[in-house]
Amino acid sequence: MDQTDAANVLKDVSSELLTCMQCGTCSGSCPSGRYTSMVTRKIVRMARVNKRVLKDINLWMCTTCYTCQERCPRQIKITDAILAIRTITVHDGCILPEHRRVSQLVLQYGHAVPINDAVKQKRKKLGMEALPETVHKYPDALLDVQTILKSCKFDELVAEGQEE
Amino acid sequence: MKKLSLYLGCITPNRYPGIEKATKLCLDKLNIDWVDLKGASCCPAPGVFRSFDKTTWLTLASRNIILSEEMERDVLTICNGCYASLADANRELKEDHTLKKSINFHLDTIGKSFKGSVDVRHIIELFYDELGPQKITKMIQRPVNLNVALHYGCHLVKPSAERKLGSTENPTFFDELIEATGAKSIDYPDKMVCCGAGGGVRSALLDQSLAMLNHKLARIKEAGVDCIVNACPFCHLQFDSGQAEIKEKLGIEYNIPVLHYSQLLGLAFGYSPQELGIDLNLITNNEFFETLKKSD
Ligand code: SF4
Ligand code: SF4
Repeated sequence: MDQTDAANVLKDVSSELLTCMQCGTCSGSCPSGRYTSMVTRKIVRMARVNKRVLKDINLWMCTTCYTCQERCPRQIKITDAILAIRTITVHDGCILPEHRRVSQLVLQYGHAVPINDAVKQKRKKLGMEALPETVHKYPDALLDVQTILKSCKFDELVAEGQEE
Repeated sequence: MKKLSLYLGCITPNRYPGIEKATKLCLDKLNIDWVDLKGASCCPAPGVFRSFDKTTWLTLASRNIILSEEMERDVLTICNGCYASLADANRELKEDHTLKKSINFHLDTIGKSFKGSVDVRHIIELFYDELGPQKITKMIQRPVNLNVALHYGCHLVKPSAERKLGSTENPTFFDELIEATGAKSIDYPDKMVCCGAGGGVRSALLDQSLAMLNHKLARIKEAGVDCIVNACPFCHLQFDSGQAEIKEKLGIEYNIPVLHYSQLLGLAFGYSPQELGIDLNLITNNEFFETLKKSD
């Protein structure tokens, strides 16, 4: 999905967002809202009126637990909307540094969490091979992963040096 | 049951290999036909990658599924996040021909194409649907005498429109599988609440993530259990590494052992905690190992 697709998704949900009655069930159910500055109801309200929400750090405090979406009395696909707004944000170049780093790991190793020496030792201790049967063990497979990521221009999307 | 290929994801093989070993031991004990899904990559993680770029997410996910299609085997996942990514990608590509065509364009660069000929399963719904708790009880050799705080994890049951596993507020299927091992599933407040790891929150906003985890751990501690059981290595990592981080940052020590379901089931098949890698967690509680010895 590129940015226009994401905008279309958001347009699809925004007719839904308009039915929001600001009851607050979403915020009340949100595990994040209990401990962070995130207020789900506000994100829904901001997303339907303007784009300020795009630069809002609260957008990244959602764990995508889907509780709000399950409980919304108007059946608004809240979590899906948050994901769609994130896509637009990312394509605007706003990526948190840690997320950029995880993305680079996938480009380099094919794993968001690659192996390290300590875990290789743990594997041996368990009588397992040091490397798992994943891209870690098969260089050709890793090359395939890198090829399709390039084809999708994921390397450009998460390249360093963009606005953060 | 269709033949399976075991998809490992990232955290299981690269952080908690005990879960990988326990899963393989259990699959063999249950006479399930499985092979390694060789050359698989990150699913990719639904929280970050799905929200970054849907095309990338679908293309990478479908490559993993294709590796299993080539062997005519269903994909078996042991992680809620991998399940969310692979099952959702599989369904979307099966349902939407235009979308499939656009993803196959990228896959063509490595000479592959998505067919849509296999299913993606999660080990818990597979055990429940294909074997059932009663059959598992009959097959185990050493019932475990433990009080368990079960954590379902969000993406096993939600969004319910896609998962179709029944109630998201009060599900019971996983509890039944816990009790099939002889253990007791102890109820606790906010049992269905998120552990706080998902959506890229743990990786980018650790303090917020740990605040959510601390809430769950406090409820679990009050319930007085022997251990936490999950079916997701990311929740597992959050509960295990997160306890160490909370101790360091907030000075609160919970010391509750964390087990993936395959490790609990492994105990019930008579394997030792060491064979199942339970002692390789960050949180190693000696009292817990003593309890296990006593029930021998
Ligand atoms: S639960 Fe639904 S209707 Fe209520 S405030 Fe949230 S989005 Fe609006
Ligand atoms: S999906 Fe996100 S916004 Fe909704 S309840 Fe969960 S953490 Fe909160």
